[in-house]
Amino acid sequence: MRYLPLTEDDRRQMLAGIGVESIEDLFRDVPADALLAGPVELPLHADEMAVERAFRAFAAENISPAGVPSFLGGGAYRHHIPASVDHLIQRGEFLTAYTPYQPEIAQGTLQYLFEFQTQVALITGMEVANASLYDGATSCAEAMAMACRLTRRKRVLLSGGLHPHWRSTAETYARFLALDALPLPPSWAGDEHPEERLDADTACVIVQNPDVFGRVHDLAPLAAACQASGTLLVVAVAEVVSLGLITSPGEMGADIVCGEGQSLGNAPSFGGPTVGLMAARERFIRQMPGRLVGETVDEDGRRGFVLTLSTREQHIRREKATSNICTNSGLCALAFTIHLTMLGDAGFRRLAEVNHARACALADRLAAIPGIDVLNKTFFNEFTLRLPKPAEAAVEQMAARGVLGGIPLMRLLPAWTEARSLLLVAATEMNSDDDIEALAVALSEVVA
Amino acid sequence: MTGSMKTISGHRGLMLEEPLIFEQGSPEKTAVDLPAPPSPSGGDRLGPVRRERPIGLPGLSEPEVVRHYLRLSQQNYSIDSGLFPLGSCTMKHNPRLNEKLARLPGLGDLHPLQPASTVQGALRLMHTLAHWLTTLTGLPAVAMSPAAGAHGELVGLMTIRAALEDRGDPRRRVLVPESAHGTNPATAAACGYAVQSVPGDARGRVDLEKLRAALSPDVAAVMVTNPNTCGLFENDVRLIAEAAHEVGAFFYCDGANFNAIVGRVRPGDLGIDCMHLNLHKTFSTPHGGGGPGSGPVVLSAALAPFAPVAFVAEENGRFRLVEHGMHADGKPVGRVKGFHGQFGMFVRALAYMMSMGADGLRQASGDAVLNANYILAELQGTFSAPFAGPCMHEALFDDRFLKDTGVSTLDLAKALIDEGFHPMTVYFPLVVHGAMLVEPTETESKRTLDRFIATMKGLAERALAGDEAFFRESPRLSPRRRLDETRAARKPVLRWRPPAETAPEPMETAGEEVGRAAE
Repeated sequence: MRYLPLTEDDRRQMLAGIGVESIEDLFRDVPADALLAGPVELPLHADEMAVERAFRAFAAENISPAGVPSFLGGGAYRHHIPASVDHLIQRGEFLTAYTPYQPEIAQGTLQYLFEFQTQVALITGMEVANASLYDGATSCAEAMAMACRLTRRKRVLLSGGLHPHWRSTAETYARFLALDALPLPPSWAGDEHPEERLDADTACVIVQNPDVFGRVHDLAPLAAACQASGTLLVVAVAEVVSLGLITSPGEMGADIVCGEGQSLGNAPSFGGPTVGLMAARERFIRQMPGRLVGETVDEDGRRGFVLTLSTREQHIRREKATSNICTNSGLCALAFTIHLTMLGDAGFRRLAEVNHARACALADRLAAIPGIDVLNKTFFNEFTLRLPKPAEAAVEQMAARGVLGGIPLMRLLPAWTEARSLLLVAATEMNSDDDIEALAVALSEVVA
Repeated sequence: MTGSMKTISGHRGLMLEEPLIFEQGSPEKTAVDLPAPPSPSGGDRLGPVRRERPIGLPGLSEPEVVRHYLRLSQQNYSIDSGLFPLGSCTMKHNPRLNEKLARLPGLGDLHPLQPASTVQGALRLMHTLAHWLTTLTGLPAVAMSPAAGAHGELVGLMTIRAALEDRGDPRRRVLVPESAHGTNPATAAACGYAVQSVPGDARGRVDLEKLRAALSPDVAAVMVTNPNTCGLFENDVRLIAEAAHEVGAFFYCDGANFNAIVGRVRPGDLGIDCMHLNLHKTFSTPHGGGGPGSGPVVLSAALAPFAPVAFVAEENGRFRLVEHGMHADGKPVGRVKGFHGQFGMFVRALAYMMSMGADGLRQASGDAVLNANYILAELQGTFSAPFAGPCMHEALFDDRFLKDTGVSTLDLAKALIDEGFHPMTVYFPLVVHGAMLVEPTETESKRTLDRFIATMKGLAERALAGDEAFFRESPRLSPRRRLDETRAARKPVLRWRPPAETAPEPMETAGEEVGRAAE
């Protein structure tokens, strides 16, 4: 058993030192009939090669998006991750460290989180950001709860363009926090008008930009309406690369930004782990959930970083904490911050431009197929198509042809009948001209 | 010996100082070469919100980036560096095989919304891990989606509340022992419950009589950590379960300390209805400097119908994901995160479990308990232990032995840093004065433990000999000496700003951070 350093002789010596006969004697506080006499009914230990074989068999039953033309987005995006990112996050000093409770020997983690907080604040156009949350959906739910604490109001408007997973996560949290979450129906007509529904009980409006259908919005008018009614504008960002080319939520007047940072540095990994982003106005920080890193000095006057404002947190405040969150997404935040450091201002903008250009090329190509409508007037790297047949069937038929051709919106919005024929497709810097042609051919065939 | 010798560069040998990226980058530089795309024919499709102004991110070349993060990494202590006996955190070895497998093409790069027909292997993997978890815990169902331990707690309590409301029996209170992790009361509050604290007894266990007295038909759940945060097995666990069930309440177990009993005791056999598992503790997935975690929660048959979406369902050897309540047979509480759980952590945890096997997991919990008891036995007499052993996977000491020395638990912890060990958990659990909670885990050798024990004894002798000044000055040899946490909290600086720019408005100062225990 390669992970266990004790030898039988060690164990004998240690048991003698303790003054017991066997390891079983140390379990004497457990009710005797609850102690298992032997191993549970599961396979016995296995060597590295055997375990690797088993996992290669799991992998072989899947279609890897790296091996086929793939156009899936919907809140998880395939981007190129520079080799240095994955190398650096696997340094043992990062990978196997704990939450930095002893700052004297955790400055590596603390400094990168401070840099992460600054980068997130910059790209969202907000004053401050925290050290990450679990993912975009939970970050959205936490933003909702935070807005209700800040305004002492209980009513929340959830835009129909908010990612359905984020919307339903917020609804679940709202139910248990006794908040009144009102989901607005998804719509293509542009008739949502949340600004007309604001009142003195509305804590916040949560809107996504670009929205789940890929549309890009100018949120400044909504921000002004929110301000007039004392309602907070929460802006959700599911594709963080869009911020390279779109005016930031902060510049449009957002009060809180929740986001998913997976696109930078992190593989989709079948949906997790990813990295939740949260940024806000500085005056809100005492109601912010999650870890915050702050700058200070040590006894010799040297700059250093510590976890701070812990009186918001569960380990100090217990049931009065701003959230029950303990862990964040440290290592995913590290991957995010390394990737963004590698990109820098010029690279981040270039990456966004390439994404947009690929998506424009894809939209133009698909729009030329008879029977296919590109519904978006605006988009960043993702848009919605209307097909002349159910999108779910089209996706299965394209998969059989070796193309991962998008996400049927029915999968996200099963109760919205209009979704049946809608297909969500995304293009990133990973999609070549050949990929685009392969999708166009596959789609033409399955809708013909 | 001093750690503060001045050099011209600020570096000290291998201890290399590293400025912020914002202090060394420039906006035009980049470490990622991407060719400029052709302008989209017909113009861009961004509408009126195209970003015009630069963001202000610093850019670095690849060699600068690699050096920056390598230098930062060298300022961290980690399990790979040495003993990390942080009680309640289970800092065991993180096998690199797990990392390799999580990155296999066809696992790490899978998109969560691929058609089910293209991810049968991933769904089978989740199904297999669920089988291991339910078998090891003796409970029939598991909700895989929670993103971390605290998230698992929340989801567990949500299922309890949903089950109670479903039977028309809404309740208002959750009982939590005063020794509990802070997440327990915070979770109960986040789930809409009032929290009532239950005192412990002189043996470091839940006071059964006081618990019984607090129970009433208004109690939704009793949340108990077992083994508890004093490192002890709650030997009345079945009586607690019976008492809770008698008034119609559910018994929630915080599974943070499952590493002590895995493969030897099934929580389902103890009357537990619901328990979260921290895959990053018991099942070796990396802590990563504070996440990502993964917190599947095992559920009794009564709670299983309320498990959140998404989950994996099997029919005739084919797997599908149930992603919406309207497609579920039960009454799911809803969705609690994006997609279907921390899949990358599932890969790592299952790789660890298959490596260890039923026999290895049993040996691991045995060795974890043996290592902790060895430390308890060897330090007993020098250090003061508040409760009689045997302990489970962690040994708890208090600060009685430091009485009148002027040396505190924190001082002792800081002195350990200079000795090359990560300090144990300090000032937790709160029920013990000046607590020191030592969890060595099973992946430490006897040789390492003996060095640690000798160091701890040496430090205790030094404290008892009255060398207060030595401790006050500790640590001296670490990348930073003690940091001013009060200043950080009084006037928070949470981000870098260009030198000319200042914070937009003055911060309210609460001054409430003073005296914060260094958990």
